[in-house]
Amino acid sequence: MDRRNFLKNLLLVISSGGIIGGLSAGAWAKIINKDYDTTKHNYGMGIDIDKCIGCGRCMQACKTENDVPSAPFYFRTWVERYVIKSDKSVIVNTINMGIDEPSDVFTGRDVLRSFFVPKLCNQCDHPPCVQVCPVGATFKTDDGVILVDTKRCIGCRYCIQACPYGARYLHPETRVADKCNFCYHRLVKGLLPACVEVCPKQARLFGDMKSIASPLGRFVRMNKLHVLKPYLNTDPKVYYANLDGEVN
Amino acid sequence: MKDFFKRLPEQAVRVVTVFIVLVAILLVVWRFILPPELKDHDLQIIATIEREADKEVKYAGAQMCGQCHEKELDIKKNGYHRDLSCESCHGAAQKHVDNPTDVKPTSPKKRDYCSFCHNYNPSRPTGFPQINPDTHNPRKPCITCHNPHNPKPPEPPGSCVACHAQIERTKIASYHALIECTVCHSTPEKHKTSPRTVTPTKPDNREFCGKCHAKGSGVKGMPTVDMATHGEKYVCWQCHYPHMLGGI
Repeated sequence: MDRRNFLKNLLLVISSGGIIGGLSAGAWAKIINKDYDTTKHNYGMGIDIDKCIGCGRCMQACKTENDVPSAPFYFRTWVERYVIKSDKSVIVNTINMGIDEPSDVFTGRDVLRSFFVPKLCNQCDHPPCVQVCPVGATFKTDDGVILVDTKRCIGCRYCIQACPYGARYLHPETRVADKCNFCYHRLVKGLLPACVEVCPKQARLFGDMKSIASPLGRFVRMNKLHVLKPYLNTDPKVYYANLDGEVN
Repeated sequence: MKDFFKRLPEQAVRVVTVFIVLVAILLVVWRFILPPELKDHDLQIIATIEREADKEVKYAGAQMCGQCHEKELDIKKNGYHRDLSCESCHGAAQKHVDNPTDVKPTSPKKRDYCSFCHNYNPSRPTGFPQINPDTHNPRKPCITCHNPHNPKPPEPPGSCVACHAQIERTKIASYHALIECTVCHSTPEKHKTSPRTVTPTKPDNREFCGKCHAKGSGVKGMPTVDMATHGEKYVCWQCHYPHMLGGI
């Protein structure tokens, strides 16, 4: 084969490859058939601090549902216990799902107030974690949930650093970033997130902001609401009722 | 044309050949090896959503249980645990729904499960029924006295502590320790079943406290004040919290 023929053949291979490749991509896109329309929803969660009893059932359910490692420092959702003392000092512990709780029971005049604050990914409307991801592995869906593409994520932990709410952790088995996604696999089937499902006091409410008659719709109408760190303009979609000023 | 190739120096031909081979490899990799969702952001989002949506559901949801267990649902629906999901206590049960005969959900029978919610914890909201596990029939399983599907409300006045543990715990150390709750608060029967809508009475004037604490009330050793001059326009409980140690 002389050089001219070689170049000719090469050109042929490249162009045919292009056509086949283009076709296969088109065919792949057609296979996807969704009966769930992401554009028709905008999810949010409401949390009533006055109702939370700190039983830790939500943490347990989340770990079960989402295969989160059971060690007490991997959480998609967790509950903090705030104790505000009379000298204005604030003690914050994460409760351990009702097991082995710190035995220091604060009572008496030394304590001004004490309460539980459930926390999770705030599913920000302007998410800092999405901005910093160098490979575009995390993104906001049309229904307002921040998802992590576990196949694209390289485990660089920029997002874990960037999240102002500490909602992300590096999964020790998959070695990629993991976080609450409102139990996305349950939402698409019309089920509630696992934590909302098991909450015994309905301290957590879940709903669609595009639906007027959802429990969340009533929650945002009937309560004075606050979000965590509003000054960061992340625009969170987890709304807190009766939140104390010491919580951040 | 042939002259043009002949006139080219050999190094140039080699460089061009290497360049063409590299471009060809790049194109082949781009077209055939890279999966389409790595090249197209929309496809990536769709693929991630598909992957998330395909994850296994472990909590079946409260509606599912009632389809077979009507009896338990009937007992539960009017009781205090009516808002509690079955799976809050019985654990994730989707496997039981898929295969009802072979897979059975757990049923907590020990004392330590109820204690997740009902152990006394000062951070819990006032009014939530709590017990001190060391004094409340120690080592006896809760289900010997309480039906978890329909726990019975406590009997006032002796059991005010069941819900108002925080007040009881401060009152027990105060001068008012021996005064029954009902001396100052008359409690309608309905308060047991609708604690938020039917509330007990509270003293509403200075004269109520004055019955014991006014000068000349005649009780020996009682701290008394001159009602006409003491406290000016304020009612007593704006300065003295009657449940608190020392009555201050």
